[in-house]
Amino acid sequence: MEELARLMRELEDQLVVCMKCGMCQAVCPVFDQTGREADVARGKLALLGGLMESMFDDPEGVNQRLNKCLLCGSCTANCPSGVNVQEIFLKARAILTGYMGLSPAKRLILKGMLANPKIFDRLTEWGARFQKLFARPANEIVGTSCARVMSPLIQDRHFRPLARVPFHKQVPFLDKPAGRSGLKVALFTGCLIDKMFPKIAHATIKVLDYCGVGVYSPEGQGCCGIPALSSGDLPTFRKLLAHNLALFAAGEFDYLVTSCATCTSTIHEVWPTMADDKSRSAASRLADRTMDINQFLVNIAGLRPLGKTEPCIRTVTYHDPCHLKKSLHVFREPRAVIEAAPGYRLKEMVEPDWCCGMGGSFNLQYYDISKSIGGKKAAHIQETGADVVATGCPACMIQISDMLSRAGATIAVRHPVELVAEALEK
Amino acid sequence: MIAKSIVQQFKTIVGQDNAWTDAADLHTYAYDAAVVDPVPPGLIVRPTTAEALGQAVRLCNENGLPLTVRGAGTNLSGGTVPFENGVVIVTNGMKSIIEINEADMYAVVQPGVVTAKLAAAVEAKDLFYPPDPGSQAVSTIGGNVAENAGGLRGLKYGVTRDYVMGLSFFDVEGNLIKSGSRTVKCATGYNLTGLMVGSEGTLGVFAEIILKLIPLPAHRKAMMAVFESLEKASETVAAIIAERIVPATLEFLDNFTIRAVEDFSKAGLPVDAAAMLLVELDGHRAQVEEDAARVEALCLSMGATSIHVAQDAAERDRVWAARRAALSALAQRKPTLVLEDATVPRSRIPDMVAAIQAIARRYDLTIGTFGHAGDGNLHPTILTDKRDTKEWERVEKAIDDIFDEALKMGGTLSGEHGTGTAKSRYLEKETSAGTILFSSRIKRAMDPKNILNPGKIIAAKA
Repeated sequence: MEELARLMRELEDQLVVCMKCGMCQAVCPVFDQTGREADVARGKLALLGGLMESMFDDPEGVNQRLNKCLLCGSCTANCPSGVNVQEIFLKARAILTGYMGLSPAKRLILKGMLANPKIFDRLTEWGARFQKLFARPANEIVGTSCARVMSPLIQDRHFRPLARVPFHKQVPFLDKPAGRSGLKVALFTGCLIDKMFPKIAHATIKVLDYCGVGVYSPEGQGCCGIPALSSGDLPTFRKLLAHNLALFAAGEFDYLVTSCATCTSTIHEVWPTMADDKSRSAASRLADRTMDINQFLVNIAGLRPLGKTEPCIRTVTYHDPCHLKKSLHVFREPRAVIEAAPGYRLKEMVEPDWCCGMGGSFNLQYYDISKSIGGKKAAHIQETGADVVATGCPACMIQISDMLSRAGATIAVRHPVELVAEALEK
Repeated sequence: MIAKSIVQQFKTIVGQDNAWTDAADLHTYAYDAAVVDPVPPGLIVRPTTAEALGQAVRLCNENGLPLTVRGAGTNLSGGTVPFENGVVIVTNGMKSIIEINEADMYAVVQPGVVTAKLAAAVEAKDLFYPPDPGSQAVSTIGGNVAENAGGLRGLKYGVTRDYVMGLSFFDVEGNLIKSGSRTVKCATGYNLTGLMVGSEGTLGVFAEIILKLIPLPAHRKAMMAVFESLEKASETVAAIIAERIVPATLEFLDNFTIRAVEDFSKAGLPVDAAAMLLVELDGHRAQVEEDAARVEALCLSMGATSIHVAQDAAERDRVWAARRAALSALAQRKPTLVLEDATVPRSRIPDMVAAIQAIARRYDLTIGTFGHAGDGNLHPTILTDKRDTKEWERVEKAIDDIFDEALKMGGTLSGEHGTGTAKSRYLEKETSAGTILFSSRIKRAMDPKNILNPGKIIAAKA
């Protein structure tokens, strides 16, 4: 207890910033569903403060409540006092996990698989080969499957199947020089795009190529580390960070881009703050050069509407991933990318920046809450009458696909760059 | 600890999932937004029907359990900090807007409805619910009524009290009491509604509230006037009111607040200005335009160095974004923020502004002052760090002095934040020993076991 209080005191200066005004209640997607103070940032910060001041002794109870959070950052973006909630929560999860240890299941997944990119790749390849045995197609237009037989892991999810061949097998290595733009980027693929949405990676390369931008994509890329860090596994996070830093240090490029909102915000915001002293300056330098693909295409590579004068026959609506809008203030650029694709008319949904409820492992642990948050999002999407919903995050795509598929909607789920790439293919 | 058998009875009433006793959960209902020490309750219940609410109240009384009702917990005077080992009833399980009656212009709501959500629902029907406390994005109507909450529009539109046509509440035994009506006029029985508004959960627990609505103003105009001295700005406030002009809002920001807002929002505010007034007029277009011209001329004749009139809705939003950012911007400066709301008759605003300046100097404290100058409700905001015990002693003395000054001018300890525990010991200063005795007798008659939010308004005996 004293030891824990000492560790928690590292967070003291950040914790005292919260003035308990409670404004986070207005924007927290979990609190919106449950109405429980322990589910909103103010309550969680009070719990951490309580541990720090030894007001009560229930680290397990606090840890459980701390993990019931999407880490969407809606509270941080709306906080009058400027409390950096996500940073505090990530640090607190690391402290509590260090104090109490990882659960056996998480230890196996994080330390046994994620920390070793090669093992992780091989396991998911096996998964892709065998998934047909236990899954059947659920919704062709959305692109989901569901379980053939009852499965405790999948439950009644409508999931995006693993790609038959992951991106890193299709394109193990790429080093294309700068084209007419004179620019070259490094492409950080990200696990979900690699293993579920290789099409997004291909689309990204195609649009970069169209803009005359060179691409460097090194072999053996690891996870950005956020799943480990969210589970409080700081050592695995740092191992992955060191692996990726060394890998990208070998290449020459102007910017690092990713097509995954969560990878971008992790590299940009989390890598420098959570790196150890040895890696911090390298992480900061890389973070400063890291951009979301939409942001890069519009602001740096100068992507403009493709110019083909097709009539706007399809309607598209855009969902703002929390990690783009709230963490990085990127929300104009993805819309500009959509507008660059001919034949689409953009129609905004109600509250486009309300979280989809995915939150990575939150979806696994609290599927019921995740489902009700996602159901609200699916309803907002359907109200627009759109043919396509676009979003800049593969995790959001998985959640939105599940929710739309359950609702029986026939709305395709795409990344903005896919819309442009599809037009280029025509 | 509350006995397991009693907890089980609560669970039977509100449902297994709506009663919590884990240490961690209890700790998250130990505080509100006031700077007072947290006190964890022994049980939290979240009823979802009026029936369950009434039964829960009765059960508390039968077992002598102190009961604190809580909406969003944004209270600024400690009113929702529970009694040790008591019961907290959370109202956000009862958040239905039961009716918005356009023909008769009223709304009936459950206590857990969020203020801003009601305001938006009403506005969608071209009607207007004016009270807009700073926490309206999360605060509940039940909490607003219990605290008689104010907001930016008090000058012209009044406060929550002015919109409560009637309500029903559970007395301490769980009987449903009805007062007021859906009619504009109602002259039957005691005015229990009047007694319940601002009673801070000490006399009964709201079940349903009937709120008056008014037509949405057709036209709005906002402007920002800059002054090189505090005196000139505060004298202008008094002058506008003396001219019989009633703006919807008339807000004041001092130099420290202006600089904090500018650092925070980069809105292009005049950082050299000693003070700023933000004025919004609303109503019929012709009247608004005429009054706006008069306010503009008045500001200039009173020595405003510049005045900017918002040309469109976007500019108007920017003016109010600056005001809304004030508290946030100040909050970022120091770990602890003490937001006071002593209020004076509006003509005394210049004296009160000067008095606050003197108090800041006397105790060597940073005090940013902004607020609803038009209705005499300033918010002297003391920035400090509660961990610095030496400074905290000076802060407490400064608060005492602010109260004394406000009372000397014929004002009140609190314009809109309520008495709670934070101000209960000063209440006799504002009123009289007889007033406290009278209030205690009402309290004792309605709540013989003293379980309804004990220690709030009427201080616990030392």
